[in-house]
Amino acid sequence: MILLFIVPMLAMVSVSLQTGDPIGGYTLTWRFANYSEVLSKNWTFVVRSLRNGVIVTAIALVLAYPVAYWIAFYGGRFKTVFLFILLLPFFISFVIRTVSWSFILSDQGIVFGPLKDIGLLPDDFRVIGTTVAVVAGITYNLLPFTILPLYVSLERIDRRLVEAAKDLYSSKTESFRKVVFPLSLPGVFAAMLLTSIPAVGDYVNADVLGGPGTAMIGNVIQAEFLNARDYPEAAALAFILMAILLVGAIFYARLLGTEEVTT
Amino acid sequence: MSENFRNVDPAWLRGMTSKRVSRRGLLKAAGVGAGTLSLASILAACGTPGQQAEAPQPGGVGTPGWWADQEAGDLINFTNWPAYLDIAKDADGNRIRPSLDLFTKDTGIEVEYRADINANEDFYAAIRPALEAGEPTGSDIIVITNGQELTEMIALGYLIELDPSLTPNFTANVGDAFKDPAFDPGNKYSMAWQSGMTGYAWNTKYVDGPITSMQDLMNDDWKGHVSLFGNNADAPNSAMIELGIDPETSTPEDWQKAADLLTSFNEWGGLRKWDDQGYLTALENGDLWACMAWSGDVINDSLYYPEFKTFEFGISDQGGIVWVDNMLIPINAENPKGAIMLMDHYYAPEVAALLTEWNAYVSPVPAGGEIVQADADAASGGTKAVLDTIANSPFVFPPPEVEAKLFNYRVLEGEEIEQWNDLFLPIFTT
Repeated sequence: MILLFIVPMLAMVSVSLQTGDPIGGYTLTWRFANYSEVLSKNWTFVVRSLRNGVIVTAIALVLAYPVAYWIAFYGGRFKTVFLFILLLPFFISFVIRTVSWSFILSDQGIVFGPLKDIGLLPDDFRVIGTTVAVVAGITYNLLPFTILPLYVSLERIDRRLVEAAKDLYSSKTESFRKVVFPLSLPGVFAAMLLTSIPAVGDYVNADVLGGPGTAMIGNVIQAEFLNARDYPEAAALAFILMAILLVGAIFYARLLGTEEVTT
Repeated sequence: MSENFRNVDPAWLRGMTSKRVSRRGLLKAAGVGAGTLSLASILAACGTPGQQAEAPQPGGVGTPGWWADQEAGDLINFTNWPAYLDIAKDADGNRIRPSLDLFTKDTGIEVEYRADINANEDFYAAIRPALEAGEPTGSDIIVITNGQELTEMIALGYLIELDPSLTPNFTANVGDAFKDPAFDPGNKYSMAWQSGMTGYAWNTKYVDGPITSMQDLMNDDWKGHVSLFGNNADAPNSAMIELGIDPETSTPEDWQKAADLLTSFNEWGGLRKWDDQGYLTALENGDLWACMAWSGDVINDSLYYPEFKTFEFGISDQGGIVWVDNMLIPINAENPKGAIMLMDHYYAPEVAALLTEWNAYVSPVPAGGEIVQADADAASGGTKAVLDTIANSPFVFPPPEVEAKLFNYRVLEGEEIEQWNDLFLPIFTT
């Protein structure tokens, strides 16, 4: 914990309070103004990232729940096989998968090319370079992190409770609404956390699939770090992002009163 | 940890959740390492080394004496940009690399060639931690454009000084324009690989050319199919040229005007991307119709691939940028002797000609150009057409009237770097 968490954290605090330039080097000057400056400069990106995070989490949950439910309840002895198939694409590197989407979704690519040829889509239709592409990309990349916690909690539900509900004349819908869904809530909360946090911090999708007007806070950190080599600003921004996510997560756990999520 | 994760392998879960720890944090953590970790010692260890790295390199690295002790290893790792190395098919249909194979035949040294560099910034950022830590980067030769990154690498002592006595071809054949460049006086650390121009490409399949100004790209009919480069040099300098400003003598007020022009592309809303080397793929698959481009990429595509023969390249009426991609040997390279031999190999006129005939960039070896012209005259059929085009291209062998319209990147110093980056980089990340 100390080595893997506290130490890097302190290192980052230190870097974020330094001043200097890439050639002369950076020295610690305790300049807290770094924080206020980067925050006011990059407010739009913070808001945009949080918005994308919310949209991604919502879509991922809607997509993941039925899948997890089906595998948990109807997967039978092939459950592990289904899970394996689900995870199979994710054995390929994150970046490569994202880049392949940029080919699949390209304007004249294998999906839109034919659709445009037969007139189903207008010629100027495009997905790459838009927010839609970025949100879809993040959702796709994080889907396993949504499905797995859901699956784990659904799988653990005692089937006798469902049977009992049936014995008490509840319909299928009712037993889902009153028994299964409430029992799966801890999984839903865990899935939301595991999806929303990386979603807000993502930069690969906006970089590969996005265009002007779609950059997220992660891209700004990347640009400060790689292009401007302004390490203090990048560190301050990364720290702000982490603080926002941490506060969000704690608030979320408190609000929903699920001790389980945080403990 | 939640009860729900009881069935899940904890190691797997840790991997999942720790993904977002910043890379810098991890690197620094590794640097701090074990030992007594008082707050002060940790914070003190976190400074980013700067000029202190410029102290004389241990063991006199780069001095003639040091070079004399070096022996060439049997493998050279050469990292370069895409669309740069000549390729061909041998009699059996295998893909060969004529200019590199020639070197291996002459010296017995194998070359591991990787076309990995897509942007100076990203590549430099990837190798900087190794350079900073005094470790090999995995490359014996890297190719970096004149600009902020190169300046920084020289200033921080991240490159091995070259020994002129080991580069006879270079001394004999280098063109005047590539000798003693402003960014590296006396070619202490660099030898040009190729030079090229930043201008505009368009695909006549989708748009009518020619593109004669940056503003031409702002065509509402092309919305979503237009891109400009998003690096810290090409777009800012091009914008200044467009406004009639010579970048080399530009002032911060001029930069502001250039920034306003670039910002207007964001406001227009039709720009697909602030792009990097990936523009070439996007141009090839039809996503881009017109864009800022590098000369040889486009000319090579149009000459050697029938499906891309509708690609055209040109520079603005106001002028274009000429830049130099430089071969460098990073500090702690594992095979510096082999590297310098290979670098000099490319200054043999016949080898330089092999490159030019393929990549259609500007060669630093004028004698190679004469060979290209001669080959064009001697060739026949399709090959002749291709070679004639290259030999007569104003973007490969610029005539005086084109030469007069070519500008260099602004060289930035000290405070200017941050001022420049603060002005331009936010435009590219929106």
